[in-house]
Amino acid sequence: MFRVDENCNFALLYKGFQPMNQSSLVSISDISREEILSLLEQARYFENHPNHKILDGKVVATLFFEPSTRTRLSFETAVNRLGGRVIGFSDASTTSSTKGETLKDTIKMVSNYVDLIIMRHYLEGAARYATEVTDVPIINAGDGANQHPSQTMLDLYSIYKTQGRLENLDITMVGDLKYGRTVHSLLMAMRYFNPRFKFVACDELKMPVEYKIFCDENGIEYTEYTDFSPEVINSTDILYMTRVQRERFTDIMEYEKVKNLYNLHNSMLDGSRDNLKILHPLPRVNEIALDVDDNPKAYYFQQARNGLYARQALICRALGIDVTKLKESDK
Amino acid sequence: MTTAKKELAVAALRNGTVIDHIPSSVLFKAVNILGIEKLDTQLTIGNNLASERYGTKGIIKVADVFFPETTLNRIALIAPTAVVNIIRDFEVVEKRPVVLPDVITGIVTCDNPKCITNNEPMKTRFHVVSREPVTIRCHYCGHSVTSDKAHVL
Repeated sequence: MFRVDENCNFALLYKGFQPMNQSSLVSISDISREEILSLLEQARYFENHPNHKILDGKVVATLFFEPSTRTRLSFETAVNRLGGRVIGFSDASTTSSTKGETLKDTIKMVSNYVDLIIMRHYLEGAARYATEVTDVPIINAGDGANQHPSQTMLDLYSIYKTQGRLENLDITMVGDLKYGRTVHSLLMAMRYFNPRFKFVACDELKMPVEYKIFCDENGIEYTEYTDFSPEVINSTDILYMTRVQRERFTDIMEYEKVKNLYNLHNSMLDGSRDNLKILHPLPRVNEIALDVDDNPKAYYFQQARNGLYARQALICRALGIDVTKLKESDK
Repeated sequence: MTTAKKELAVAALRNGTVIDHIPSSVLFKAVNILGIEKLDTQLTIGNNLASERYGTKGIIKVADVFFPETTLNRIALIAPTAVVNIIRDFEVVEKRPVVLPDVITGIVTCDNPKCITNNEPMKTRFHVVSREPVTIRCHYCGHSVTSDKAHVL
């Protein structure tokens, strides 16, 4: 048995092991409560004022060693809307990594060209390692099943925007709670805001024990369910659905067994709270039926849109751009 | 034959380091971690010796070498019971247990096959997140393992 330390930002916890650049964002636990709230305000600002030329003259690399649609496009849109230029790749098979180039060499080489690196990698810990081999800030856009902090920021922003607060909410997480990095990161980020969690998953995909210990240690209430029942849905403010990720399974038969266990249909929302919002990190397969899309409680497409604003705020953080000054100059 | 004579039969050091009370099962791992196979000074390695506390034990005696404390502490992960004796002119001048450091670098491989450390030519790094039972957590991928299951290089 092991534990997720509250201060699992080891980079800051242990002297002598700071990343080489402090503006990098590897894990949501790199960000304090105050900084989360400040970033949410900045995201709100960018939602109202998406276009600025504050990255004029800056070049940003998007290195996607693993495929992605939303994350890469929204990061690239964020840079473009802020007036910066983007270089990069979305398919590692077109790069020298196929010739056996190490990640270190790729990062060092790209660092010569750009002001910021946004990277997604299929290996866990790749982003943390990248921060140790370059002075250029790194934003982790997902490292295997490990961390995906910009997704967490947009989830937090979506919750904040739809509920008007982050504190004291009933949050139900459904589906793949074992491998789903978004639920793990969101759970950890919510520790500041006194949530009550419901975890709905089959035994094969239930919330790992270290996250339950994390909840216990942080005084977070949680209940586990294997049944996706009306009682659970009707006592929820945020219904966070996840896809059972085929790529995380080594045994395809295991995947086939569990992939359809927790599907949401519109009729299941009949008795739900008025303020309920359904979130999903996307892409969905069939865990949310198409008839849910027209329900005003469905929020996943707006959630993906919020990713743009949250990422604009994160890019500014990484480049040391003070958005509050920007706001003042706008007035 | 008396116990004292038995011990003397192994080796008596004039100057050097004796690492005692190493669990028998990990003696050669400890030898590996300390890198003493490359030394050219007199070296005695004993294993499966009688131990009152642990049944059997291993022992390493190295003549004329005084290791930095951090080097000796590297074996604490696998041999937490080990005791270091510093010998000068046949006298034990210092006796202390090994101490598990907060950070363990380059000794343990991460058992997550998708961890960056298993795919790049780089040193591993683990943080000790619990001392009872000893649990270490990969600095990179966050994967945790208890010391008895940790895979030592």
